[in-house]
Amino acid sequence: MANLIDIRGVTHAYRTKAGPLPVLDNLNVAVPEGEFCAVVGPSGCGKSTLTRLVAGLMKPDRGEVWLHGELVKSPRKTVGMAFQNPVMLEWRTILQNVILPLEIVAPSMPKARKEARAMELLEMVGLAGFEGKTPSQLSGGMRQRASLCRAIVHKPDVLIMDEPFGALDNFTREDLWQTMRDLRAKEPFTCVLITHDLRESLFLGDQVIVLSGRPATTQYVMDVTLPEDRTLDILYTPEVADMLHILRDQIRIAQGRDGAVH
Amino acid sequence: MESLQKIAVPLGAILAFLTLWEAIVWVNGWPNYVMAAPSDLPAAYRRFWPLFLQMGWQTLWRTIAGLALAVLFGTFLGMVMGFSRIARDALYPLLVGFNAIPKATLVPVLALLFIGRHDFNTVLMAFLISFFPIAVSVGIGLSTLEPEYRDILRSLGASKITIFRKIALPKTLPEFFGALKVAVTLAFIGTNLVEIVSPHGRGLGALFKSGETNGDYPLMFAVLIALAFLGIVLYYGVVALEKTFAGWAERPAH
Repeated sequence: MANLIDIRGVTHAYRTKAGPLPVLDNLNVAVPEGEFCAVVGPSGCGKSTLTRLVAGLMKPDRGEVWLHGELVKSPRKTVGMAFQNPVMLEWRTILQNVILPLEIVAPSMPKARKEARAMELLEMVGLAGFEGKTPSQLSGGMRQRASLCRAIVHKPDVLIMDEPFGALDNFTREDLWQTMRDLRAKEPFTCVLITHDLRESLFLGDQVIVLSGRPATTQYVMDVTLPEDRTLDILYTPEVADMLHILRDQIRIAQGRDGAVH
Repeated sequence: MESLQKIAVPLGAILAFLTLWEAIVWVNGWPNYVMAAPSDLPAAYRRFWPLFLQMGWQTLWRTIAGLALAVLFGTFLGMVMGFSRIARDALYPLLVGFNAIPKATLVPVLALLFIGRHDFNTVLMAFLISFFPIAVSVGIGLSTLEPEYRDILRSLGASKITIFRKIALPKTLPEFFGALKVAVTLAFIGTNLVEIVSPHGRGLGALFKSGETNGDYPLMFAVLIALAFLGIVLYYGVVALEKTFAGWAERPAH
């Protein structure tokens, strides 16, 4: 079956004053349609570069990024993005913030339909009643929920998330994992999630990709063989504990501390 | 209640200032050809009221015209500097250098270049003195835009113009209005500089000059107060615009 996202042999280096800084080295990632792909790896290994490549915001030095069987050369309308910093346009209400991508992608869509679509999503993530508020009136978790709505309001093929829950407290984060799971059940989309949280990668992911330290290459791929409708309790089963162990070991290897005792 | 306080407090402060001024003049026993007291002013306004209206209007429209030019040019320059690193590196030293020049030195230059064109010279000076803060703040506002803001729209294939219109422009408005408040008072200084210094000038500056020539201190101070009044009016005009267009940047009071 064809993959929705196909990253083939991508190598990239940033040009810095001290010479080229290689960040990706022959990276291969394949994500079938509808799958949730969690990417973990040591800090600064090039995970964010990966999101920018898939979004078409930059071109790799070598290798190819394919989306829907098309070579990615420039940004495309079929991508949604969410970042750790849920940047909101402070001068717009939450509803108008969520609508923003539709104004770009579907400028001719009637305003009422745009708003109805945004409201549908805000209700799904539990923000009904907050659509008229401004971003500064919302908590960090609520802003991130609104940011998720904005990322998928135009029904993108691919949702790219760069540590979206990284700056939230633990309970809020777990709430958002469940929101994410419920959203996917109602609105199927293919997803690439960059994260530092191994439990998050197992709760949400269909596959977990471990990247090596910089320059990053695909070090390990885990198929997450857990049921679709996961609850938080599943994170405390021996099965998941074993998977966490394997991932932890892989991260250690990626950090260059193979077998080190600490 | 709250709105009453908003008007009463500044009014009280102005009254206190005028009282103090009057008291200092009275205690020192200064005659009005040495230093005018506030109580001398009503007579001056009564005597020259038609002149005040005519000259005040001239000063006001030239200042606003200069300010409008400064907004257009300053915003344009700020955009160029905000979007291009090279332009920023190239223009900053030039701008800072130009801003450091005392503008009074430019009056004879302009007077020779555009001889006899008093209105034009005055507007030009108001513009020259006030575009700098606008250019700098728009430039800084644009160049410090978080990359995520841009990426949200860029990843959808939005054009540079769309990104500017939907995000960069509104995001920079608070900085823009902050600079405009500074520019308003600067533009007044520019207008009056030319009105006072150039011979056969018009406007409140020229009225001040004629008061000086005739040793009419009450008239001179009456002009200064009229200038202060116009400055306050224009400043609060900007504040009203800011509330309309960038009111979102005001944090709710806690």
